[in-house]
Amino acid sequence: MTTKFSVQHMDLHYGAFHALKDVNLNIRAHEITAFIGPSGCGKSTLLRSLNRMNDLVEDCRITGDIRLDGEDIYAPGTDVNMLRKRVGMVFQKPNPFPMSVYDNVAYGPRTHGVKKRAALDAIVEKSLRDAAIWDEVKDRLHRSALGLSGGQQQRLCIARALAAQPEVILMDEPTSALDPISTGRIEDLAMELKRDYTIVMVTHNMQQATRVSDSTVFFLLGEIIESGKTEAIFSRPQDKRTEAYITGRFG
Amino acid sequence: MEIAFLLAALVSVACVTLICVFLLANGVPAMREIGFFDFLLGRTWKPGADIYGIFPMIVGSIYVTGLALLMGVPIALLTAVYLAYFCPKRIYRMIKPAIELLAGIPSVVYGFFGIVVLVPLVRALGEPFDGRGNSILTASMLLAIMILPTIIGVVEPAIRAVPRSYYEGSLALGATHERSVFAAVMPAARSGVQAGIVLGLGRAMGETMAVIMVAGNQARMPKGIFQGIRTLTGNIVMEMGYATGLHREALIATGVVLFVFILLINLAFSALKRRDAR
Repeated sequence: MTTKFSVQHMDLHYGAFHALKDVNLNIRAHEITAFIGPSGCGKSTLLRSLNRMNDLVEDCRITGDIRLDGEDIYAPGTDVNMLRKRVGMVFQKPNPFPMSVYDNVAYGPRTHGVKKRAALDAIVEKSLRDAAIWDEVKDRLHRSALGLSGGQQQRLCIARALAAQPEVILMDEPTSALDPISTGRIEDLAMELKRDYTIVMVTHNMQQATRVSDSTVFFLLGEIIESGKTEAIFSRPQDKRTEAYITGRFG
Repeated sequence: MEIAFLLAALVSVACVTLICVFLLANGVPAMREIGFFDFLLGRTWKPGADIYGIFPMIVGSIYVTGLALLMGVPIALLTAVYLAYFCPKRIYRMIKPAIELLAGIPSVVYGFFGIVVLVPLVRALGEPFDGRGNSILTASMLLAIMILPTIIGVVEPAIRAVPRSYYEGSLALGATHERSVFAAVMPAARSGVQAGIVLGLGRAMGETMAVIMVAGNQARMPKGIFQGIRTLTGNIVMEMGYATGLHREALIATGVVLFVFILLINLAFSALKRRDAR
C-alpha cells in the first residue's frame, strides 16, 4: 500500500490558539482512515488542511509539511483549485446546491471544462451510480435537489464529489445529521468507494470507525495520541487516554 | 390591546383601498368620456383642444425605466456581489456609507446634478444625431444612478443570506472564488435579486421630480434616445396645478394607468417568487 498523504511536523494556529501540535501522519491509498476524538480536538481542522479549506479562515497559520503523492500542497505556486479537484470533500451537513440533481453533479465537471452534453450525461450517470443513488433519482434528474431526503442529499453530495474525479475524498462527519438507515448506506458506500479512492473520515461515532475504517487516528487537544490499524487501536490501545476514550469514559 | 395592533395594521389596508377608490372614481369616468382606447393609445395630448392621448407618456415611462434598468441593474448587481464577497473590510466601510448616502439624497438634488452634469454631457454626445441635452438618455442615466442604492440594498443582504455551505461546497469541488460566487451563490440568491430589480423598477417608474428636470417633457412620441420625453408621472405634475374639468380628470386617469403598471409589476414579481419556491 502506498502513502497518499504524508504530514510531517505540522503545526496549525488560529490566531493565538495552537490548534494542531506537531502532527505526524501517513494516510495510505485505498484505505479508509478514521479521525476520532472529542469535539475541538483538531480532527476536522486537520481534515480541512488536507484540501486547504482552512485557507478561508482568517489568521490561520500552518507550518510543517503536508504532501500529497510527495508534493508539498502548501508550496508557493500550488494550484489550490487543482488540489481541491484531486481532494474532494463531503461536509457534515448535506449541502446540495439549490439547483437540479443533474446540475449538482455536473457542477464539478463543468467547472473543469467539460461542456459536451453527452460527456456530462455519462459522468452524471456514472457518479450517481457509484454513489448508489441513481435508481432513486434517475426519474427526477431535472428537479431540485432540495426535494431529496437528508440521506439522499448526502449521497448526492458524494456523487457530486465523485464527478469531479478526485483521488481522495474527505468526509467530515458525513452521517452525523442522518438517521441510522441512511448512515448504514453511506458506510456501505464508503467501503465500496475505497477500491477507487482514498477516504479520510472524521467521525464522532466509535462504532462507525470500527465498522468502516482500516486505520484510525486518535486526537486529543490538538495532538495525535495514537494511530494505527483500526483493529489494533480498538482492541489493544497503547495509550491510556485512547483506551479511556474508546471505552467511553470521556468525549 | 390586540385591537390597537389590528387598527394600526388596518391603516395601511384602508389607505390602499381609499387610494384605489379615489383614483378609479375620478379617473374612470374621464377615460369613458375620452374613450378608453383613444385615451390609452392616442398619440396626441392637447388639453387646449380637449385631446387627451397618453400613449407618448406610456411609451416614455417604459423607455426611460427600461433604459435605466439596463444601465443600473448590472452595476448594482456587480456592486452587491463585490460588497458581499470580494471587498476588504476597510474598503467596505467606505463604500457602504456612500451607497446609503446615495439613497438619502432628495430627488430634486439629483435633478440639479442631472442639469449641471448629465445634460451637457448628453448634449455633447447627441450632437451628431441632432440630439438634445434634455432627453430620454439623460433621464434614464439619472434614474440608473437613483435605483442603485435601492437594488444594492436588497440584493447585498440576499447574497449574504445564502448559506456559506454553498460557497464552500463549490470551492471544495475545485471551483475558483469567482466561479463559486457566480455559479453557486448567485443562483441561490435569485429571488432576492429579482426582488431588488422589481423594487428598482418601481422606483424608476414612480420617480417624478428628477425626471421632469432633465427629460424635456415634450408630450409627443419619442424618435430616439437623444430626444425629449414626458413620463406618466411628469405629465401629472406638470399640469395638475392649473388643470380643471376633464383635463384634471384626464390627469387622474393618468394616475390610474401608473397605478395599474405598478400593480402589474407586483403581480409579475409574486408570480416569479412562486415559481422560484417550487
